Amino acid sequence: MLDMTATVLRNFLSKTHTRLYPFQVRETFENVRGNLDIRIEECIMCGMCQKKCPSQCITVNKEAKTWEVDPYACVYCGICEECCPTHCLFMPKDYRKPARTKELNQQLQLKGPEKKKKAKE
Amino acid sequence: MAFETKNVEKNQLAAEVQALKNGGQRLLTMTCVDLGESFDLLYHFDLDLQMTHLRLTVPKGESVPSISGIYFAALVIENETQDLFGIKFEGLALDFGGHFYLEEEVKKYPFCKVTVGKTEKAGEGA
Amino acid sequence: MATIVPFGPQHPVLPEPLHLRLVLEDEIVKEALPTLGYVHRGLETLASIRDMDQMVQIVERVCGICSCIHAHTYCMCIEGLMGIEVPKRADYLRVIWSELHRMHSHLLWLGLLADAFGMESMFMHAWRIRERVMDVLEATAGNRVIISVNKIGGVRRDMSPDQLRWVLQVADELEKELDLIKPVLTNDYSVKKRTVGVGVLTYQQAYELGAAGPQLRGSGVAQDIRMTGYGAYKYIDFAPVVEKDGDSWARTMVRFRELYQSIDIVRQLVSSIPDGELAAKVKGKPMGEIACRSEQPRGELMYYVKATGDKYLDRVRIRTPTFANVPPLLVMLPGCEMADVPIIALSIDPCISCTER
Repeated sequence: MLDMTATVLRNFLSKTHTRLYPFQVRETFENVRGNLDIRIEECIMCGMCQKKCPSQCITVNKEAKTWEVDPYACVYCGICEECCPTHCLFMPKDYRKPARTKELNQQLQLKGPEKKKKAKE
Repeated sequence: MAFETKNVEKNQLAAEVQALKNGGQRLLTMTCVDLGESFDLLYHFDLDLQMTHLRLTVPKGESVPSISGIYFAALVIENETQDLFGIKFEGLALDFGGHFYLEEEVKKYPFCKVTVGKTEKAGEGA
Repeated sequence: MATIVPFGPQHPVLPEPLHLRLVLEDEIVKEALPTLGYVHRGLETLASIRDMDQMVQIVERVCGICSCIHAHTYCMCIEGLMGIEVPKRADYLRVIWSELHRMHSHLLWLGLLADAFGMESMFMHAWRIRERVMDVLEATAGNRVIISVNKIGGVRRDMSPDQLRWVLQVADELEKELDLIKPVLTNDYSVKKRTVGVGVLTYQQAYELGAAGPQLRGSGVAQDIRMTGYGAYKYIDFAPVVEKDGDSWARTMVRFRELYQSIDIVRQLVSSIPDGELAAKVKGKPMGEIACRSEQPRGELMYYVKATGDKYLDRVRIRTPTFANVPPLLVMLPGCEMADVPIIALSIDPCISCTER
């Protein structure tokens, strides 16, 4: 009985352990795999990430020079990041924000393999 | 970690399993491996953290005697194997008739390499 | 007059879909028949279309709660087939992450059990404590639940000395927090009233029905696959946690004491972790058959792998602990009251996605 009283008092006097989420957001830790992105101008369109991806969420189109990830199929394992020969894939630590529509399939285009000729849709 | 198995025949299976049970072995699980023309049924047992394996090779379409009379726990495993590979087990303590996991609409055995239609005889499609 | 009452697949206490057809006579359960297959995904067959490196990520998804241990066991199989010597540091890191998984799994389960017998505050406390472990996992491995740290030959992430110190600190805090909820759990009249003598599984039954993990140890069988000394378990000393009674209370106590045991193992590992490589070179393709076992939070896990020298494996068979615990559940249920069914079902810590794969 007394054990419980102590716990009740402690909980009553201490701060809450939860956060008021949309107003108070916790910092994500370093090295967290929050999202998958590409520095498209460094990509050599080798298709290694597409081959190694366990969930097959990456599509590399060599003719159209596009790199595409389906963020809803991606499992954020980071295999693609490790096997990329030019290290142009990277995983920022911040998670994707909630969105109203699901069409954001993060499609980036490139004209010219290594030069800075970047075109976004 | 060598993987040693003891080959058994269908008619010796019950006696072998009973002998293992009398020796204090626990049934871990059964594995079914599709070999193309036949199935490999592996029975894994455990005693004092040591594993023992039995191997039973059956041609596709033949039924196998159930060991659920000896180890009650085998009924879940055998029902699962029956669902996924279409091996018929004789004398199953609780037979779900191939619908333990799968719904009635499913018309093939999903884990077979060459999937066999449930309506035709299992031996022909292989 | 026998009545048939369906239990599940949607039930307030069940986080996952398990369906039991309970044949009742008045309030007493006479027979229980399971129906599975609500979350059957056929992950074992994915071995034929995903190569052996990609399978590491696939087997992690058999069960979210013990993902690290699944991947560890799978990697042990492949390493065993190819004769790869895993670096010592990788072994240690794998086991540290495995034990962190065991802690958060047991705390999650403790919360669910408390919720099932109506002790909401325990549920909140258990999950609040669990959040510390989740933070450690997120910071050290990169993801919260499915951490993807294992690869064939070793691990993909390292823990810095700072992080290791932090793990030790979290272990201390965890022990303090557990000490606080321990008297509430162990001495409380209503907790005992709901669990003592409910769902009894005798030593003989547990052994013959092939029960795994805390079910087996709760019935007095001192079987813990960690004693085989896979991974880094061979470098540390511990003894399996055993309780004699075989009821829901004994299983609760086994898991609760295993939390302390995990904390102790993590301490031993962190204090003696060696420096060195993180992964061994992997060359060639596996060939042959192998069976490997490990201890999950829910019991012993077995992998059988058959490889034919191709990069695609011929067969991967996963025997999960809950799968082994279904027959004991069917034996425990007859004779109990309808109101105790949720407690008994939860006391085996059911993980249905594990069971059906």
